[in-house]
Amino acid sequence: MASSDNAMITLSAVTKRFGAFTAVDAATFDIAAGEFFSLLGPSGCGKTTLLRMIGGFEQQTSGEILIDGEAMGTRPPNHRPTNMVFQSYAIFPHLDVAENIAYGLANRPVDKATVARKVDAALEMVRLSGLGKRRANQLSGGQRQRVALARAIVCEPKVLLLDEPLGALDKKLREEMQIELRQLQKSLGITFIFVTHDQEEALSLSDRIAVMARGKVLQIDSATALYERPNCREVAGFIGNMNFFEGRVVAVEGDQAVMEIGPDIRVRVPLTGQSVTAGGNAILAVRPEKIDAVVDRPAPSRNAIRATTRASSYLGDRSLILADWHQEAAPVSVSLQNRHAAAESPLAGGAAREIWLTWPVEAGVLLSD
Amino acid sequence: MTALASGATSPTSQDPTRRRPEWLAGLWLIAPTLAIVIGMMLVPLCAIVIVSFWTQTGFDLDTSFTLANYGLLVDDALKCFSDGCGLYSTLIIKSLWISFVATSAVVLLAYPMAYFMAFRIQRGKLVWIILLTVPFWTSYLLRVFAWKVILGFNGVINSGLKSLGLIEKPLEFLLYNPASVTITLAHAWAAYAVLPIYVSLEKIDRSYLEAATDLGDSRWKRFWRVTFPLSLPGTIAAILLVFIPTVGDYITPTLVGGPSGIMIGNSIATQFIKANNAPLGAALSCLMMLAITLAVCLFLAVIGKKRLKGADI
Repeated sequence: MASSDNAMITLSAVTKRFGAFTAVDAATFDIAAGEFFSLLGPSGCGKTTLLRMIGGFEQQTSGEILIDGEAMGTRPPNHRPTNMVFQSYAIFPHLDVAENIAYGLANRPVDKATVARKVDAALEMVRLSGLGKRRANQLSGGQRQRVALARAIVCEPKVLLLDEPLGALDKKLREEMQIELRQLQKSLGITFIFVTHDQEEALSLSDRIAVMARGKVLQIDSATALYERPNCREVAGFIGNMNFFEGRVVAVEGDQAVMEIGPDIRVRVPLTGQSVTAGGNAILAVRPEKIDAVVDRPAPSRNAIRATTRASSYLGDRSLILADWHQEAAPVSVSLQNRHAAAESPLAGGAAREIWLTWPVEAGVLLSD
Repeated sequence: MTALASGATSPTSQDPTRRRPEWLAGLWLIAPTLAIVIGMMLVPLCAIVIVSFWTQTGFDLDTSFTLANYGLLVDDALKCFSDGCGLYSTLIIKSLWISFVATSAVVLLAYPMAYFMAFRIQRGKLVWIILLTVPFWTSYLLRVFAWKVILGFNGVINSGLKSLGLIEKPLEFLLYNPASVTITLAHAWAAYAVLPIYVSLEKIDRSYLEAATDLGDSRWKRFWRVTFPLSLPGTIAAILLVFIPTVGDYITPTLVGGPSGIMIGNSIATQFIKANNAPLGAALSCLMMLAITLAVCLFLAVIGKKRLKGADI
């Protein structure tokens, strides 16, 4: 990706090795100014290491990091225009909330009155007004999180780094904080780099997401693009649920490919820039909620395969169905919205029965093998 | 277990061992320690306090209550405000002062050592902790004696300097003065201070240090704003651990102190043994304990003011 004019951060071939282990492998991408950018991946994928390299807490083995056009080189964290919200929050236990928030301001040429004003404003921003005299051990998890946020933001960094900041909070609080975080980022216009292993969190918060695995950046895209058009099996499988059909491309017809996924079972897949040739192996990926389960044979314009229901589970708003369609292949999972009362569903009863699994051609994604 | 097997309606209430109150079980656990503390500390302490109100008459003790010993010591102290302190007051003040200097030296020596162990040693910390205890493998007496050999008239330093031709006559100011007592005490007690400081440094979450750097602190600033305040509990423990025992130290001033280096401990010993005046010695002991308590309280009041406000660190 070429460096664009409004790039706040430019990573060029940033690599980190610990002995023989490569934690981050040649990460090369830009993050735009004012963007909410997430690094998403399973634990050990190198996302935190990459974040720490941007913050200056780890030194890259090779490559260069530019922040706002300036090469960071070996600059220590205290000389970088970044601030970090730590996973453990790291609220200083010997200082109260106000002193914690004012901590970074002591390193700036600002007078006492300005510090007090800024601390008050920051407290108000994270809705902790009146708690300035509290200690870290007198705060709840969510409050600590806000103090950590206020302490970093009050320094007015160009880039705010967040290392799984919501990981320690319970589900309800986490959802509240996600909304607050997003609003805060919008109103401040600071570039956020957010590390998380929670895909829902990344999808709901971010402008763009970099999906990482084994030190490599697999795909960088918006939430919709990652979900609808994953570029490899790993991304497709990591974000949401996905059914994979392995097969062979038998023909390319315009912007569609015809795939044979079983003996005499042919389906159509849209082509969105993938280079495929007839005869090559490929993988078809279809999301469970894009597949419909019907009793009667659907129209020929849709892809359809014959299957037998194996199990179904009722989840209230939707039902999950596992269906076998081919002896050697994994069963297909289908997620059906329960728009009608349970008794009216064509699959009511739960006994194994013959059905058609069908999906529109556009719902499929062709992945290279 | 038997209660459970019997299948009774409420097994816990039938189990006789369950009825023993918790405090009694606790008492059993601390009983050996408690016996030692009462027998070896509390009883002698009470004896000292009681004896300090008696009078020595030749080889016998007059056990009628008197404040004469304390009266003598108060007179001694009151002289500080008129024509110079009396013997005992001078010794107590000097002892406190020598201990204060030795304690300061110990903490200044121990802190960097503890810091090095906590932050610079990545592997084999146990080896370093064991190495730290090496001085304890010889007795305190021998360690103090070693300093006599080092600082003495024909000791290591003097003969070394002489053989280098730097001095003609041995330096006499090295030994038998308050300075030699201070040096010896500082060395003998350094290891006691390293451990508590090390523990409190080791306990500091490294993310606090990263956060401080992130918020713009240089290493030096970070030390004074985060590391040092968070290591205060261990540092205070180290200061008390060294200061309290050294005020009353007896061996070191006896061996390396000379006439000018004697401390209150020597004076107390003299009263009990040579002067055969146990009641005065006992009163002196009580006065010394009082002086140490006051000094420690003063120290905690100054240092602890901010900490007490802030709950736990």
